[in-house]
Amino acid sequence: MNTLKKIDMKNKVLKEQNQNVSEINKRRQFLKLSGMAVVGSGLLIACSNDDDSSVPQQPGVFDLGAGNLGILNYAFALEQLEAEFYTQVLAGSYWAGAPAKEKQILEDLYNHEVIHREFFKTAITAVAPNDVLPTLEFDFSSVDFGSRAAVLGTAKVLEDTGVSAYNGAGQLLDASDAAGMTYLLLAGKIVSVEARHASAIRDLLNPGSMDFAGNDILIGIGGSAPAFDKALAPSVVLSAVIDTGFVVTPFTANQLPTS
Amino acid sequence: MNFIKLLDALSNKDLLSKEGSRRDSFDQFKSFGAKAVMASIPFSLAATSSKAKAATNSMASATYMGANNDVLNFALTLEYLERNFYQIGMDTDGLIPQADRAVFQTILNHEATHVDFFKGALGNAAIDEPTFDFSGGDLNLPTFTSYPTFLALSQGFEDTGVRAFKGQAGALANDNTLLTFALQVHSVEARHASQVRRMRGEKGWITQAENTLPSDFAAVYAGEANTVQGGVNLAGMFGQFGGADAVTEAFDEPLTMAEVNAIASIFIVS
Repeated sequence: MNTLKKIDMKNKVLKEQNQNVSEINKRRQFLKLSGMAVVGSGLLIACSNDDDSSVPQQPGVFDLGAGNLGILNYAFALEQLEAEFYTQVLAGSYWAGAPAKEKQILEDLYNHEVIHREFFKTAITAVAPNDVLPTLEFDFSSVDFGSRAAVLGTAKVLEDTGVSAYNGAGQLLDASDAAGMTYLLLAGKIVSVEARHASAIRDLLNPGSMDFAGNDILIGIGGSAPAFDKALAPSVVLSAVIDTGFVVTPFTANQLPTS
Repeated sequence: MNFIKLLDALSNKDLLSKEGSRRDSFDQFKSFGAKAVMASIPFSLAATSSKAKAATNSMASATYMGANNDVLNFALTLEYLERNFYQIGMDTDGLIPQADRAVFQTILNHEATHVDFFKGALGNAAIDEPTFDFSGGDLNLPTFTSYPTFLALSQGFEDTGVRAFKGQAGALANDNTLLTFALQVHSVEARHASQVRRMRGEKGWITQAENTLPSDFAAVYAGEANTVQGGVNLAGMFGQFGGADAVTEAFDEPLTMAEVNAIASIFIVS
């Protein structure tokens, strides 16, 4: 083999290696995205498209969509989850026999989450009637609605998750026009109510303690003491939602903004 | 810049003057935008004309640093106020009952961390800590001798803080990092507010504009009875779900900088 050929060969190998790396990265990226983004009962997405600009869509499976619409559908999904949970709470035996104060708090949370859910449904339907997330089916059979610990413990997780989800979604909204600015403000109007809920539920679980804004949920920034709520990306939130097993209807989140 | 100067500067920004500089024009635009949003822009995903969008973007970048620093100093001022308030409260023997000290120590820790955070973010641009008078001057409030008064003010400060941060989200929309930090503080203030409200026998959330604070602090809850969200009046839509009361509870409302400063300045000497 002469020198020229050697160099040629070396280049070819390098090129192939680069291609491989790039393809592995693409696949990794896809697996990561799809693994976290597919919500529902064990649905698997097969990847047959390496082109990042064209997002594979599952026939018959709803995708939350792109841009601000996607974020609104994402919020709508979370509100559906919360509203359905409290619907079950109010139909359950723990709530029926709970002390009046707890009963009132849980009923308030039910009302608020139903209002949030219906608000998103109305709002998204008004602007994108063909792209609104359908009514999701849920399975809360793993929650014992006769148990205080199960009801309040699940409520705590859902409310804390809601807070971190809205905090993370704020920056994903394109607020460069009036509508986007409205969505950002609306997210702000709702997230503080979710935080009020989380605080109340946490205090019911451990009254008079620091748990209403506890170190188990707050984080530090830049090495500070914990004093900030989390701000989580939709992929992280949806992954946590998958883990609950509560969502039966599969949907994907393949086009949500990531920055 | 001291706080009073900052206050003046910020208050002037809300005045619609036709002879303003370009910077003033942008601030008016922003302030107008915020008002328009609250007065219910119809829900729409459609962008405004690309020309208007480009103009907005260029104006936003022109005032980028100044505007964000103003917002950060505004936030810092509120955090200074809260930290100072809770520090004195915790240091005053016999004020806070033993059973409630864990809560207020927690809140104090958070506010102190928030102060450090905003000071760090501002660097040399950070304003000095104002001098506070928690008796409210002529109001002569027994803030640190009466626990109910201390609790009432705590609730007022926390609920104001929630509304103040919410009101600035739009102003920070040009900086994802700052916006997210502000949101991360905002929801912690809401956790505090809920806790203190419940300790006072109120709900953790705000029904209409109802409150049990002295009437001098009505401004803290002004506008909370709003039922129009994203251009839709939700008031009559939820009869089976708590009605208009629940609608107002389900959405917290923002305050403008000027509205917040009017409340905060009751307790600021210089």
